[in-house]
Order: sequence, then structure tokens, then C-alpha cells
Amino acid sequence: MKTYVRPVRWSWWTRNPYYLWYMLREASCVFITAYALALLWGLYRLLQGAAAFEAWRQSLSSPLSLAFHAVALVLVVYHSWTWFKIMPKTLPRIPLPDWLVVAGGVAGVVVCSGLILALA
Amino acid sequence: MRTIRIECLRYHPETDEAPRWQGYDVPFTDDMSVLQGLQHIKDHIDGSLSFRWSCRMAICGSCGAMVDGVPKLTCETFLRDLYPGPVRIEALKHFPIVRDLAIDQGDFLGKLESIKPYIISGEKPKGAYLQTPKQMEEYYQYSKCINCLLCYAACPQYGLNDKFTGPAALALLHRYNADSRDAGKAERMEVVNAEDGVWGCTLVGYCSEVCPKDVDPARAVNQNKIESTKDYFLRLLKK
Repeated sequence: MKTYVRPVRWSWWTRNPYYLWYMLREASCVFITAYALALLWGLYRLLQGAAAFEAWRQSLSSPLSLAFHAVALVLVVYHSWTWFKIMPKTLPRIPLPDWLVVAGGVAGVVVCSGLILALA
Repeated sequence: MRTIRIECLRYHPETDEAPRWQGYDVPFTDDMSVLQGLQHIKDHIDGSLSFRWSCRMAICGSCGAMVDGVPKLTCETFLRDLYPGPVRIEALKHFPIVRDLAIDQGDFLGKLESIKPYIISGEKPKGAYLQTPKQMEEYYQYSKCINCLLCYAACPQYGLNDKFTGPAALALLHRYNADSRDAGKAERMEVVNAEDGVWGCTLVGYCSEVCPKDVDPARAVNQNKIESTKDYFLRLLKK
């Protein structure tokens, strides 16, 4: 039987907003990794002494670094939201409605972030 | 009566090397579905247009197509909601086109067979099988799948790798594994654990969005990632 197989183009993810948001979720990992590396670099500089750590802190206030952190913050928030949203699908069956599981995750982040900000 | 332009992706294997778009101006009333629009074309404008349909009430799962790029059952999509158009109708994505809007479902049917979509009896009860409403709740939503394949057309992973078992087959696999009367879970784990089994899913989640019967294949697949992980570690412990 002769059939026609339509090729999947590289731009498949641009054709539907659902795919676009999915790809943004996946791509946000790059920024999250970069942010984690920046933090790890800070820890490494701390090991090298107070002066090195202070130099790292100074480098964080450059315009480029501020722009990077602003973008990373937005993407971390979006990335976290997407995973909380699908969390109910990944859990074993529990006697709680999906919205409560999502709300619980978001509330956990808000409380933890609040605590860190209060202690900082 | 209003008129809407319906553009169909046509492909006739005898004459066409590749699909082509063809447009039709279709008069419609507010109660007409896209399927009825296609039937109007076939009956009154162009008898050579091919498409599948049967029940006209979202039960048989035959009339799935891409409507403006979104997988839908054409019998429950209304022309009034797509007015002024034009509306683009294409065969379900990710499947080979046999003719016009008709796809080759052979790949899915093979996968469906591989998951053993029937109850595999264990110890036979004396008399009828008993099942509580709570036990039924474990699998009921997955049993509503009508094999319409909209979820496969929505799944980019299946589009990129057609070896992936895919949403509907894995949802139906879960439907039988979660049934208290079934004893075939061990037989189905090979499909679950395979690289193209549940681990081929990256949780895009669009399969569950497009399902016309409110089945949640993404949930079934991801429930089985837990099962697959448990199975892996239990096998290690048994060694």
C-alpha cells in the first residue's frame, strides 16, 4: 500500500502554543544550570578566602550579571510552575484533588522563599 | 445560511506524489459539525474526497483529523465556532496518509496488540468476579479510550520517534494493570520498561488536553514510570 509520510520539520514546536510553552520549559533548564554553576562558582570562591568571595560578589552586580539573573529568575519561576502543574500526574494515587497538590507545591515554595528572605 | 471555506489536504496515491490543499465553499447552518461539512463536500461538490466516519456522536473514534492544526473529532467540532474561516482540515499528524484524510492505523494496532488489551485471568474466583466501586475507580477513566488516535497526533515524541509505544496504548495498558480482576501485570512490564515504553515520554501533556473522552494518558504513562522504577529495583534486590 502506497502511503505518504509527512516529515516532521525542525520548527514543529513553533506551530502550536502548547508546544512552544513546553519547549520553553525544557529550554529554561539551560538558564537554571547556568544559575546553579554561578552559585557553585561562588562557593568555590568562598573556599579561596574572603577577598576572592568579595570579588565574586562584586562581579554579580555588573549589568550583564543583573540581566542574566533577572532572566534566570523569570525562567526558574516558570519552570517550577510547570512542574508543580504536572506534579499530580507523576504521583501515585492519593486521596487529594489535583489542585490541592499543585497549591501545596506552590505554597511550599512561597513559605521556603519567605523563610530564606527573612533569614538573609 | 452562511458559507465557510474548508481547505482539505488531499492525497491520492494513484495520482499524487505529495499532498496538496484544495478548498471548497460550504454552506452551513449553526448545528453543522465539521464532519457534516465534509459530508456536504462529498455529496454535493467533490465525490472523490475520502475520510472516515461512523457514529457522528464522539463514540466510535473514526473521524479524527487536524482542524486548524489541532487534533479533533470532526463530529464534535462545529463550523459555527470556526467561522469565518477558512478552516484547514488535514489527516491526523504523525500517521502515514492512505488517502486524503484517511490514515494508516497499522502501527497503533500493532502496539495495541502488544500491550495485551484484555483481562488476563489469575486465580479464578468461585462464581463471578467481585469488584468494589473503589477498585473500579482505579481504571475506569482509562477504559473510556475510543482509540481515536488524537493523542498520537498531539504527541511530539511519537512524531519524532514512531517506535514510542505512545499515549493511548500505554493508557490502555494501565487500564488493565489497574484492574483488580487482572493478573497480567508481569507480562506487560516488558512494554512498560522498554526504552520506547513509558520512558519515551517527556511529559509534554498535550495528549491529555486533546483527548475527547477525558482520559488522561499522560497520567497513566507517568504512573507507570513509578511502576517501572519499582520493578527495576525489585529485580536488583531479587538478584
